Amino acid sequence: MDKKRREFLKIAGISTLAGLGAPAVVDRFVSGSSPLAALAAREVETGGHGEPAEAQAAPAEHVQQSVTTGIRLGMVIDIRKFIDNPEMEKECVRVCHAVHNVPVFSRKKDEIKWIWRTGYENAFPEHTNYYRNDEIEQNEVLVLCNHCDKPPCVRACPTKATFKAANGIVAMDYHRCIGCRFCMAACPYGARSFNWRDPREGLDMNKLNREFPTRMRGVVEKCNFCADRLGRGQQPACVEATGSTKAMVFGDLNDPNSEIRQVLKENYTIQRKPSLGTSPSVFFII
Amino acid sequence: MFEKALKGNNNYWIWLAFLGTFMAIGAICYIRQYNFGLGLTGMSRDVSWGLYISNFTFLVGVAAGGVMLVLPYYIHNYKVFGRITILGEFLAIASICMCLMFIIADLGQPIRALNVLLHPTPNSMLFWDMIVLNTYLLLNIICGWVILTAERKQVKPPKWVYIFVYISIPFAISIHTVTAMLYCGLPGRHFWLSAIIAPRFLASAFAAGPALIIFVSLILKRVANFDAGKEATDKMVTIVLYAALVNAFFVMLEFFVGFYSQIPGHMHTLQYLFVGLEHHGHVYNNLVPFMWGFVVLTTAGFTLMAIPYTRRKDLWLAIGSASLFLGLWLDKGIGFVLAGFVPNPLEEITEYYPTLNELLITIAVWCTGFFILTILYKIAVGVEHEVEA
Repeated sequence: MDKKRREFLKIAGISTLAGLGAPAVVDRFVSGSSPLAALAAREVETGGHGEPAEAQAAPAEHVQQSVTTGIRLGMVIDIRKFIDNPEMEKECVRVCHAVHNVPVFSRKKDEIKWIWRTGYENAFPEHTNYYRNDEIEQNEVLVLCNHCDKPPCVRACPTKATFKAANGIVAMDYHRCIGCRFCMAACPYGARSFNWRDPREGLDMNKLNREFPTRMRGVVEKCNFCADRLGRGQQPACVEATGSTKAMVFGDLNDPNSEIRQVLKENYTIQRKPSLGTSPSVFFII
Repeated sequence: MFEKALKGNNNYWIWLAFLGTFMAIGAICYIRQYNFGLGLTGMSRDVSWGLYISNFTFLVGVAAGGVMLVLPYYIHNYKVFGRITILGEFLAIASICMCLMFIIADLGQPIRALNVLLHPTPNSMLFWDMIVLNTYLLLNIICGWVILTAERKQVKPPKWVYIFVYISIPFAISIHTVTAMLYCGLPGRHFWLSAIIAPRFLASAFAAGPALIIFVSLILKRVANFDAGKEATDKMVTIVLYAALVNAFFVMLEFFVGFYSQIPGHMHTLQYLFVGLEHHGHVYNNLVPFMWGFVVLTTAGFTLMAIPYTRRKDLWLAIGSASLFLGLWLDKGIGFVLAGFVPNPLEEITEYYPTLNELLITIAVWCTGFFILTILYKIAVGVEHEVEA
């Protein structure tokens, strides 16, 4: 018995030492001159959208604002421009839903939407305050999928039917989705819709956009940042609908020379629910 | 052994026919849902999980509850549970079957269910839930069947089966823990985002599972001449009472955190559940009766089981265990899941009302579970009688 106990203590002691020692060894590797380690670090950096290599070293910011390498597509919505022109907001919604064959159902229960207008306090529940100025009180804000850099929906999906593409777009594979709706529970922005019934019943089949597929019932869908249009060199449909007003600016958040970066540099912007750490790629100028 | 399920008195067949009727109705309703889509349910964009997932969650607990019989018997060699351990294992089998049926009923594309295996995704809790649930089902089938067969032959069970018995114990804990993790890891759902969800689930499971076994064993005593024994029943009552107390304690802790911190997100859903939530001049409160039903039924059940006078009367004990079980179902099988979607991420309120079609499918799944349970218990009791004869 005693001997056993001694053995146990020995093993426990050694493994504790090993446990304490291992991080030090790893640290040496990462900071050291080993070419293998350097390559691994590079891998992390160029891996696109994971944690940046210098994340730990960065000054303790409340919420990490994610990667600085690779392409990360994002959008800035200037709601001041829409206040003068609420019709343009409706047009954005209409165009998006027409281009993507989003069905219209009379029962709210069946509703599907990719981009829609909502109240300021609904879009930004963490930013509510007393006595807002009239402009914000009386106008609505456009909301859509945030294409988060750390998307909770992608984490939740059990089949990788929703995934993050290399350019930062959170995309859907409608053919793989099993319709468990875990992603809908996981999304903190209510960006996702489910096809509760055959979507074609809610579509005018004569007005279909033949360049984009309709969905089948039983799968989840949401804004895809117009990945298909981008592939053809076009802007997202909603951005195009705002014309030259610059009410919506789309581009690569990681490219310091992009227009969107200039806009972000010159304006104070906010994101929806930043405290959740999802790092949304959609920014708002209030 | 299966032949034991094929012989029974009239009541047995009437009971099975009764369950079978609802199963048939539910099957028709499911075909309707399969052909139309989940639009036939009351679920919506805002409340995207309904009765199927809420009942699934509760039944995972019932399945895990069976471990409260397995653990004392196999780990602590508590011989008194010898006769009824098999009831716990078979209850787990029936419950997991119901869970799997509820999941399939809830899928928008059920024929793609195997995608979870074809494209394994370890970062998804649903993937792990699928693994632990199916493993637990398999473990219980192996353990239950092998041990019952050995009992029938009046020999000791083979040694290898104990490995599976011991593995099944942590698996029982894991099924409900992983099920809790489906909810408590989601950002932006304040009501679910609480580290106490898994322990709370386990506490309510360890009350609900054994409570159901007490209730069923009292029925078996009347209709099948199978007596679990006074000592075993008393011990189960003790387990149920402590677990129910711990569950109540955990629920109250949620209230403390919400209302002492006064953080709106942590209070809204609790308000919605227990008193109704006012929003733009309208009070939304369709779950309030269920939650007060939970409070009243669990309190009544607890009292009936705790007072020695009522505990010793079979009728009162049956009423007590049934009301405790029902109360816990109202909490976890109705309130917990449905209320998590209120308010929605945009702080709007949509209430959920299940449709008739959805209700009939839900009832049918429960009936299928009890159908399986009846057959399994018939076999178990038959073997007991054969051994005693």
